[in-house]
Amino acid sequence: MRSLAASLLGNVASRVTARAEGAWDDAKGSATSWMTSMLGDDIDARMKRVPVALGDAGVDPFGLDPRWTKWALASAGFLHRHYFRTQVFGTENLPPGRVVLVSNHSGQIPVDGALIGAAMFMDVEPPRFIRAMVEKWTQTLPFVSLLFSRVGQVVGVPENARRLLENDEALLVFPEGVRGIAKTYQHRYQLTDFGLGFMRLAMATKSPIIPVAVIGGEEQYVSVANLTGLAKLLGLPAFPIMPQLLIPGGQLPLPTRYRIYFGEPLYFDGDPDDDDAVIEEKVWLVKATVQSMVNRGVKERPHVFW
Amino acid sequence: MSSGEAGDDAQTDALLDSDDFDDAPSDAPFGLAATVITGEATEGHPAELPILVTGICGRLGKSVARRLHRDRAVVGVDRRPFLDKPKDIVHHQLDLRRKKIRDVLKSTQFGAVVHLGVLHDPRASAAEHHSWNVSGFAKLLEYVALFSVKKLVVLSSANVYGPQPDNAQFLAEEAPLLGGQNFSEIRDLIEVDMLAQSFFWKHPDTETLILRPVHILGNVRNAPSNFLRLPTVPTAMGFDPMVQVIHQDDVVHAIQLALRPGVRGIFNVAGPEPLPLSRIIKLLGRNHLPIPLSLGTMVLKRLWSLHLTTFPPPELDHIRYVCMVDDRRARDVLGFVPQHTIEQTVRSVEDGFW
Repeated sequence: MRSLAASLLGNVASRVTARAEGAWDDAKGSATSWMTSMLGDDIDARMKRVPVALGDAGVDPFGLDPRWTKWALASAGFLHRHYFRTQVFGTENLPPGRVVLVSNHSGQIPVDGALIGAAMFMDVEPPRFIRAMVEKWTQTLPFVSLLFSRVGQVVGVPENARRLLENDEALLVFPEGVRGIAKTYQHRYQLTDFGLGFMRLAMATKSPIIPVAVIGGEEQYVSVANLTGLAKLLGLPAFPIMPQLLIPGGQLPLPTRYRIYFGEPLYFDGDPDDDDAVIEEKVWLVKATVQSMVNRGVKERPHVFW
Repeated sequence: MSSGEAGDDAQTDALLDSDDFDDAPSDAPFGLAATVITGEATEGHPAELPILVTGICGRLGKSVARRLHRDRAVVGVDRRPFLDKPKDIVHHQLDLRRKKIRDVLKSTQFGAVVHLGVLHDPRASAAEHHSWNVSGFAKLLEYVALFSVKKLVVLSSANVYGPQPDNAQFLAEEAPLLGGQNFSEIRDLIEVDMLAQSFFWKHPDTETLILRPVHILGNVRNAPSNFLRLPTVPTAMGFDPMVQVIHQDDVVHAIQLALRPGVRGIFNVAGPEPLPLSRIIKLLGRNHLPIPLSLGTMVLKRLWSLHLTTFPPPELDHIRYVCMVDDRRARDVLGFVPQHTIEQTVRSVEDGFW
């Protein structure tokens, strides 16, 4: 009796697992085809051309795993190609090897980072993985910390940035930080204060700085006010007031057309430990370059949505 | 269910046995043995003088002794008996806090002292821990200075930095020692490390080296090795930190390199390239069981209070956050290159474990 029950159970279990495996394979197949549709047929060849220092285990010292990164890039690729229909300019300005990308920051949620990442993989030759710095507290979150680490996002401490550049990686920096991303609509495309850290870093590692202008982010969410007091009270980085959230479907960002401009590389020499005043001058130069690229981009675009 | 990696590395081994804590009076005829050695090597070149190894009876201590005794005379100090001791090693079974340790150092001119004797029993009382680790080590330092031993090698651990969410991916030797923030049992080790650092500055005639190896794997009975020996290895759901491990023989090799004249300072010592924790468990062919952290902490706390596990709950941070070191200095200055591949290192927790 017991053996009969056991065999029955075993039978059922094997059937269930077989079906589950079948469903899993189907899902995997359709997911893979979705990924190729996003990133193109030559995705694996492209992945191989990315200059990244993988160990024998297929993971870089910071935990980047190309198998995970592929999925993140495919999702960003969907936004890049289909949702925001990004136009990319000036990819010929990107030098090989270590580079610091300095971009304006906008849009309430960091879509700009994802799109720059997608552009660097899909539109640049050779394709690059973009490395960015994330907030320290993200490391305390389960799954989030794991995902960030596997797709090449590292904890925002200067030592990490330095090491990445020494490994000839491409580092993306938003010197405006949260001040930039939480801008209200009336301040759109006006750069806020730049931090100085990126300049010291670029000088210490002798990395070229590529100014990057991202157009289209400021209109995806229209924020009329930022309640900094309330944000502080709630421990949030910002508390934007966005009327569109009340409209059904308005929770998604508006499908504006993004434009990404890569400027010519800027090289800075000097002592990275110089006084703030000296560093500030150089930072101001970068900020002015990004601002003028932004101004030109805004002026040149035919329309916010196309 | 118990998880976590020990706050402390190889120094911990064998000391997990509770009977090691009886302050057994030593009956070793150390006076006699010491005279023999003094007769052999008086006023020799420091690189040929005998070496004193504290904590020699741990598994790591034994490997150090076996590696060193071929070239130089080795004298051991430990309060445990040295059971299968090679004949030419002199062993004093005594407690580091006892006065007799002075006689050992006085009767022989040692070329070097290798301190492995950090006690780390998660179950020992804090007072016992502190008295053994810190007071014992302070005494030892006093005698090293008094009898002008030319070399001191202290085995600390990369765990003194502690796993933190805001750690740089690779911590340099200058990083603050924050390991004790959440895990008080590691404070003794930090204090020992600090004592050695101040000794480094106060006594420039002694070449002091502090080695901070990452998780040591092998047949040692330390927490990381014990953790990987669990039949099903629990992990924290949603976390998979990068981990550095090192083969115990590579640590012995690093100690050997540290004993060469002319080198001094603090050195992080790492093994082969880092891997995600899940990959390491996979290399062993074991299953891992992801457990939500809140549940894991609760269960581990309960097990700990019931004396059913040797993994203290704060050590869960090791399977959550990174605590990796930048070992460039050891590679450049000591010329240290790990001899074991990652597979060999990870598999070593299984071989020769009895």
